Amino acid sequence: MQVPGKLLYTEEHEWISIEGDVATVGISEYAQGELGDVVFIELPKVGTTVKQMESFGTIEAVKAVSDLFAPVSGEIVEVNSVLNDAPETVNKSPYKEGWMLRIRMSDPEEAKQLMDADTYKEKIS
Amino acid sequence: MGVNLPEADVPQANIDELLPKKFQRQTPACLPEISEPEVIRHFVNLSTLNYHVDKGFYPLGSCTMKYNPKINEETQALPGFGSLHPHQPDSSVQGALELLQEIGEYLCEIGGLQGITLQPAAGAHGELTGLMLIRAYHDAKGKRRKYILVPDSAHGTNPASTSISGYQPLQIKSNEQGLVDLEQLRTYMNEDVAALMLTNPNTLGIFESQISEIAGIVHEAGALMYMDGANMNALLGIVRPGDLGFDVLHFNLHKTFSTPHGGGGPGAGPVAVSGKMIDFLPQPCIKKNDDGFSFDYGRSDSIGKMSTFYGNFSIIVRAFTYIRMLGARGLREVSEGAIINANYLLSLVKDYYDLPYKLTPMHEFVLSGERQLEYGVKTLDIAKRLLDFGFHAPTVYFPLIVHEALMIEPTETESKAAIESFADAMILIAKEAEEKPQVLHEAPTTTPVSRLDEAMAARELNIRYLFSDK
Repeated sequence: MQVPGKLLYTEEHEWISIEGDVATVGISEYAQGELGDVVFIELPKVGTTVKQMESFGTIEAVKAVSDLFAPVSGEIVEVNSVLNDAPETVNKSPYKEGWMLRIRMSDPEEAKQLMDADTYKEKIS
Repeated sequence: MGVNLPEADVPQANIDELLPKKFQRQTPACLPEISEPEVIRHFVNLSTLNYHVDKGFYPLGSCTMKYNPKINEETQALPGFGSLHPHQPDSSVQGALELLQEIGEYLCEIGGLQGITLQPAAGAHGELTGLMLIRAYHDAKGKRRKYILVPDSAHGTNPASTSISGYQPLQIKSNEQGLVDLEQLRTYMNEDVAALMLTNPNTLGIFESQISEIAGIVHEAGALMYMDGANMNALLGIVRPGDLGFDVLHFNLHKTFSTPHGGGGPGAGPVAVSGKMIDFLPQPCIKKNDDGFSFDYGRSDSIGKMSTFYGNFSIIVRAFTYIRMLGARGLREVSEGAIINANYLLSLVKDYYDLPYKLTPMHEFVLSGERQLEYGVKTLDIAKRLLDFGFHAPTVYFPLIVHEALMIEPTETESKAAIESFADAMILIAKEAEEKPQVLHEAPTTTPVSRLDEAMAARELNIRYLFSDK
């Protein structure tokens, strides 16, 4: 089970990677495995603002539909449009091609509340 | 196709007067042109591929796939019920109105509640109706509340109906025993909460033993108690939800009361309420006076009409038949039988699968396939393998609080032999998981079609008929 060390994680299995004031968001390998084959992902529009740990969209797998939660607050500056036509990218590459959003953080301090890789590994083991 | 249309018995209008030329088809519709025997063979062949409760054991948890007695079909087809026109005057349908009145009384008695509407056409439609009644109640009190509390073990329809009705769902955690976490309930309860939506027994099949305390907490804050009656098959004649403190209850006639289920039903989701909510019930309702029965539209605080005419009438006739055939004692025996069958089946399989919540279940139970997962076998594989043994699979991956869930509800209409033969298959599958997991990965192999690609079916939905000569 891959849990990249440079990322931060939420209780709800989202990850972020931070570059400057922009956070890239996706879901963990564990999360995609639990969901199974993803068939649809509903993401917000660019320009929408999100609040930390509020739902920003939904992910639908054969088994179940789940909410997606924003790891940090801010404005959405980019959405991965590949996922519209190829939602299975999240299964194949949860940490790279399967990223979902880029958020311009309104409060970078919030990231301190997230888990580091070791803590997250412990949570899912 | 395969059909001769009768002569029209009403005057025929010229199509050009009804629809401007530009909206009319220029070429004939491309429909399969085949004869009556070809149509019959097509559907008869399809029907032999179908799996249904008349063919075998159907332990689909939470769905109560009990046998549907055939007498229900006979009564609903009686000309006085089956040939009615919904626009007939009340005076010519007195028997039908009396039946509606009576089944309403029976359901109120079973639920321990005071008023009812038979209009909702399904369980989730009943939920929406119930939530609209809750809103009407709070609005009349002068405070529009915002939230509906829903446990994390709830049916997905509960939060969905909550959102559709304009409320916001708030999730309450289950405790280690699988019951409502009272601490969290207390924390979340305030004057913005309109109601708690609870299934009892819950989706783990466990009776909420703290129900009196829960009702106390909810009512103290001025909120209401909604019961999802999906699991009423465990309670008939034993416990009345109204006596437990519930204010609103929807029944699923297609589960508990043996009306056809699955493949579109249609269902029926009557909603019963306590006295303080009667004024808000949908109209028309049935009124009895000296001249007999009539539809009454005189309820000024009603939330309005929830369905065309009066709900799925022929379904209601079937449920009425079921109640009258069994009587009060028979209905209690239904629930006793459902509880005994579930617990007997659990006793046969519990050593071979994990049971994460240990309290004695009622009419259904939830296993976990976690032990099998260690051999690389998923719950989905177990479910698919059961098809090879001629059984319908249980509900899988629900409730969400159980990892690799297998939710099993045998119902009261199964014999001891049927339950034992299903248990034998479950035990054999547990052994296969350990010894030859590839058999499970490849299952099913004896069914008309083998393992389907469910993800592709959802991603690339394409069900258009392809004409061979086009």
